[in-house]
Amino acid sequence: MKISVLSGKGGTGKTTVATNLSYYLSKKGEKVQYLDFDVEEPNGFIFLKPKIENTFEVKVKVPQIDESSCTQCGLCAKKCNFNALSVTKNGVLVFEKICHSCGLCSLVCPVNAITEVEREIGKIEIGYTDNLKVVRGVLNIGEPMGIPILKDLKKLITPDYINIIDSPPGSSCSVVHSVEGSDYGILVTEPTKFGLHDLEIAVNVIRQLGVPFGVVINKSDENDYIIEEFCKKQGIDIIERIPFDRSIAQKYSKGELLDDKIFMEVFENIFSKIMEVSNNEADSCN
Amino acid sequence: MKVCFSSEGRNLDSQLDPRFGRCKYFVIVDTKTNDIKVVENEGLVSEHGAGVSAANLVVDEGVDVVVTRNIGPNSMKILTNAKITIYEGKADTINSNLELLKQDKLNEIKEPRKAHSGLQNRWGR
Repeated sequence: MKISVLSGKGGTGKTTVATNLSYYLSKKGEKVQYLDFDVEEPNGFIFLKPKIENTFEVKVKVPQIDESSCTQCGLCAKKCNFNALSVTKNGVLVFEKICHSCGLCSLVCPVNAITEVEREIGKIEIGYTDNLKVVRGVLNIGEPMGIPILKDLKKLITPDYINIIDSPPGSSCSVVHSVEGSDYGILVTEPTKFGLHDLEIAVNVIRQLGVPFGVVINKSDENDYIIEEFCKKQGIDIIERIPFDRSIAQKYSKGELLDDKIFMEVFENIFSKIMEVSNNEADSCN
Repeated sequence: MKVCFSSEGRNLDSQLDPRFGRCKYFVIVDTKTNDIKVVENEGLVSEHGAGVSAANLVVDEGVDVVVTRNIGPNSMKILTNAKITIYEGKADTINSNLELLKQDKLNEIKEPRKAHSGLQNRWGR
């Protein structure tokens, strides 16, 4: 099972929900892995504090030019869809960070002067917090493209686990890559106009991906109506509310999980709603 | 000598476009024959690598000198590799900058701007 936690707006509580839900379920005896897909700012480990057991480098392919056989014909640069190459009389320049690793340049080179070599852009770390398996992708500083790390992270999603994906914020490629193929999407929002604005965008994205979803209102207070009105109009389930509570903020600021009894109930409710929906989905398929 | 200006318009009275990678046109003047060639900059609408695409275009035109105001690291690398000298335009129009260049009153640009400076107005960065 794959459950994605996303939000649109940053700072609504994706990581709070994803880490605590993962930890709660593993404590309960479920076989769970938490995967931090927010590779630009993976902060789930701050709360889960796993013991890291394995680290893998993530590499992408970039062209390497053999200057001795290159005739400077310029075909590689002309064919490159991403403007990652430049050919002048004084040699070929490769702009590695613009390159999307498509390999076209090496195919079109008439003298086979281009080979693809590997370049490290980040890493994947795997560890454990008690029985909870914890995984994260980390994009190296200065690297513009995290998608190759997401692709490698996806390979670690296995059906024998409840996989909880901590998605990046926003609604761009990286979110689509994280969420597609999920059995359920938890849309975490907050009762503010900003929260609503970005929730609407996230709803559009997840509907197009065909993933069943529900909304969790974090920092829930007297302004919940901002989100409630929208959800009612759109026929979207509000599956849980996490109160706007000083003790939560205190724990968060110390990098602690919310392991009080009252919060356990919150995460139990979220999980049982998800199971309900996915069981219904399964029934309707039969 | 072939001189290439980043330009907002298609003739010598046009304003110099301060951005190299994302300028609208390149106005190329041959100082020997006074011939003028105008090339649209495909980099303007490029999703990525605008500077690379613009610099490749300028290199293909076989120019000797570029006059612009802000040029990014990738474009700069290509032009330098092609041994094209880059000058910083001081005046508003292409024509007045050409005159200043002929009088040797323009300074060479030796350091690039930060990448994506040309997108400042679009994304409010």
